[in-house]
This record gives sequence, structure tokens and C-alpha cells, in this order.
Amino acid sequence: MSEVLVSCKDVKKTYVMGKEEVHALAGISVDILKGEYVSIMGPSGSGKSTLFNMIGGLDIPTQGTVTVEGHSLADLKSSQLAWFRCHKIGFIFQSFNLIPTMTALENVSIARIFAGASPAQAKEDASNVLDKVGLGHRLDHLPSQVSGGQQQRIAIARALVNEPLIILADEPTGNLDLKTGEEIIAMLNDMKSRLGVTIITATHDMKMLSSSDKIIRIEDGKVKRVDTQADVKVKVGSIDGLEVM
Amino acid sequence: MSEEKVSQSITVIPEQDVISWPIAFSVSMAGIKRRFSRAMITMLGVVLAIAFLCYMLVNQSLVASLITLEDDRLNILLQNNGVDIYGSGEMDQMTILLLCLTLLTSLVGIVNAMLMAVTERVKEIGTLKCLGATDQFIVRAYFIESTVQGICGAGLGALLGLVVATIGSLAVYGSYTFTGFPVGGALKSLLLSLGAGAVLSILAAIIPAFLAARKQPVEALRVEE
Repeated sequence: MSEVLVSCKDVKKTYVMGKEEVHALAGISVDILKGEYVSIMGPSGSGKSTLFNMIGGLDIPTQGTVTVEGHSLADLKSSQLAWFRCHKIGFIFQSFNLIPTMTALENVSIARIFAGASPAQAKEDASNVLDKVGLGHRLDHLPSQVSGGQQQRIAIARALVNEPLIILADEPTGNLDLKTGEEIIAMLNDMKSRLGVTIITATHDMKMLSSSDKIIRIEDGKVKRVDTQADVKVKVGSIDGLEVM
Repeated sequence: MSEEKVSQSITVIPEQDVISWPIAFSVSMAGIKRRFSRAMITMLGVVLAIAFLCYMLVNQSLVASLITLEDDRLNILLQNNGVDIYGSGEMDQMTILLLCLTLLTSLVGIVNAMLMAVTERVKEIGTLKCLGATDQFIVRAYFIESTVQGICGAGLGALLGLVVATIGSLAVYGSYTFTGFPVGGALKSLLLSLGAGAVLSILAAIIPAFLAARKQPVEALRVEE
């Protein structure tokens, strides 16, 4: 059995908005194994982004613990969290979040620089990774000069350049057309099988579900159901009324 | 990048290294270069204020120098232009007050422009923090950006003030301007204006830089474009 990489134990997150308390997460316990491809599903406002932020060390729980590789993230100082995000997590966002004033090469190499590489080394590594995602000919282009799919590939290169343990992808195909979305999914699958990276995505995209090892459904800040790939295959036709094929 | 995963389990998570000033500098400069028109507008506020300061200082030292020439025709010209040739030659309180107000307005202008830059780029700050940027890096990058803009603006403004004061003097006092041109005084005025501009922009950079660094990545990423 694979080792547990991410472990959330009774994670609660409460926001105080004026006089009201909003329970974004109301006690979530999930384990994610090393090398797994996990999809987190849920309607907007269900708490999946909050859970995402917890795993990425961007937010800390009000109650409960989130551990990654045995480290409780709530116990880390902000500079340790910065190290953790830099070396262990690769973020991919729905709206790509590239720095608009930096070229593709600079967008990727800045992540290497944060990891301690010299500028020359960072450029070399960044150009190698960009080459691997098929953008070797677009190194000096600004994000505004390339297509949405290419922007997401730059973002994938940026997420990969520090050889992270986990890729956290928040609706990575949400802003892309069908074909480009499929390319991105294929790229994530390839990363998982070739590099052994653990991939955690928040998604509504059914195509992503079919390649997932585990599907965690969240509603109202609680885990409603966890399906494995085998469960999904048995139920071909529908997941809670949603057509798969 | 190797094909094999190299991330190994570690017992204690180390603290993130602080990115050195030269690297933060090159990152900031790339930003200024590509947002050049925006940077020019921010700079303009400093240029005008420092030009005014330098103009007043050069003008004062020019007039003081012209008085020492003790030329009768020049003295009449000076008096016709409202110069008290028997006075102390120092700036009156109203002028000093006006200068202070100008500098203060310029300070508020830079703070405002930089605060807007921070608000506009909240998402960028959040993204950088996701990539492993520390608070210090963000402080440095914004501090450098604001200071570079301020110092460039101060340099341009000081030159502009010098040129305008010289042209103004040429128009009124003609060739006397060259005979009595106070090289040392003008140089001192230039340096003083440049120094004032630098202090001003460094002061203006502090608040926006710290505000930028304090942005939590989670709230920064929530911002819609």
C-alpha cells in the first residue's frame, strides 16, 4: 500500500463575517496517497477551494490538522510555509495567473530563483521544462502574446520546474476549450505516470474524473462521498445524475 | 529537470531563503520597463515637484551671484525684476512654505500611485507568494520599484529646473547670466534637489511596500480580474 502523503483530520474553517459565522469547512477528514490523482468536486461555495488552500499551505484551519509528509502545516512559520510552497507544491490556476510583465521564460525561471537557483541556472532549467511542454519556441513571448492553452502550459511548466511533490490544480481546464482542455488533462496524466507526482485537482470537468484514482465530493463543507476509479467505472453512465460518457 | 522525482522526505521544513537585492532589482526593473508609460506618469509628479525646487534654488543662487557683479546696468535690471539687491538673498518664508507644500503634494502623489499599483497587482503578489516569494522579497521588489521611479524622476526634474532657471535668466539678464553663472551654486542646487527627491521617494515607498507584503496569498488569489 502507498504511503499517505496528505492527511486532513477533522479540518474545520470558520470565517467571521460581521456577526455571522460561516463554516467553509465543517469537519473534513481525507487521506491522499503518494502518486494518486485526486479530483475534488463540489458546487461553488462547497468549500473545495478552502480545502485546496489548506493543502497548499495558503490558509490554516480553525480546528483540526492538515499534514503533508508528516508536517503539520499549522505549526510552520510563514517563511517555512514559503519554502514548503516553493519546493513541495506546484500550483496551477483556472485563470493561469502568469505575471503579465514577464516572458514565458521569466515566468518559469522566477519559481526556480525562489528555490535558490542562480539566474543563469534558473533560465536553463526553465527553458528545458518549457521545451518539454512544447513551448520551446515561445520563450520570449509575453503571456498576452500566446493562446490560453499555451498560457496554461507555461503555468504547468512553472508548477513543474521545482520538481514538486504535489500539483494543486484549481479547475485547470475551466477557461479552455474542449480540445485544449484535453491536452492539459493528458499532460497532467503524463506527469503523474512519468514523474510520480501526486495530483490534486478541483474540477467540474467529467474528462478529468475518468482519469482520477479518487474522487472526493464535497458539499456544505463536508465530504459527501469518496469514489475510487473502480467505483466510477462500475457506475458508467452517471455520477449523481451527471452523464459521464 | 530529471525524469525521476527528487523530492525527498525531510525531517524539518527549512526557512525560505531571502532573495538577494540584485535579483529583486532585476525583477523590479523588468516590471518598470514593461509598464513604462505607467512608470512615466508616476515619475511625472516627482519631476514637476523637484523641477520647481531646483528652479527656485538655482534662481536664488544666480541672483545672489549677479548681485556680486556690482554692475550698475545689471543692478537696475535686477531691481526692475523685484530683487532686493541690498537684502540677505535668502528665501522668504512664503517661498519656503510653497516649496514644502509642493514636495508634500508630490509625496502624496507617489504614495497614491504606488498604492494603486499594489491594489492592481494583488493577484500577482498572491501568485508570487504561491511560488515561494517571502514577505521580504515583496517588500524589496516594491521598494526598489518606487525608489527607482522616484530617483529617475528627481534626476530629470533637477535638470529641468536648472535648464528653465538658466533660460529664464538669459531672457531677463541676457549675457550677464554667463558672466555671473554660479557653477558651484548650481551644482549644489542640483545635488540638493536630487537628494530631496531620493528621500521623498524612499519615504513614499515604505507604506506601499509593506502593505503589498502583508497581503495574504489566499485573499490575493480570490480577487477577480
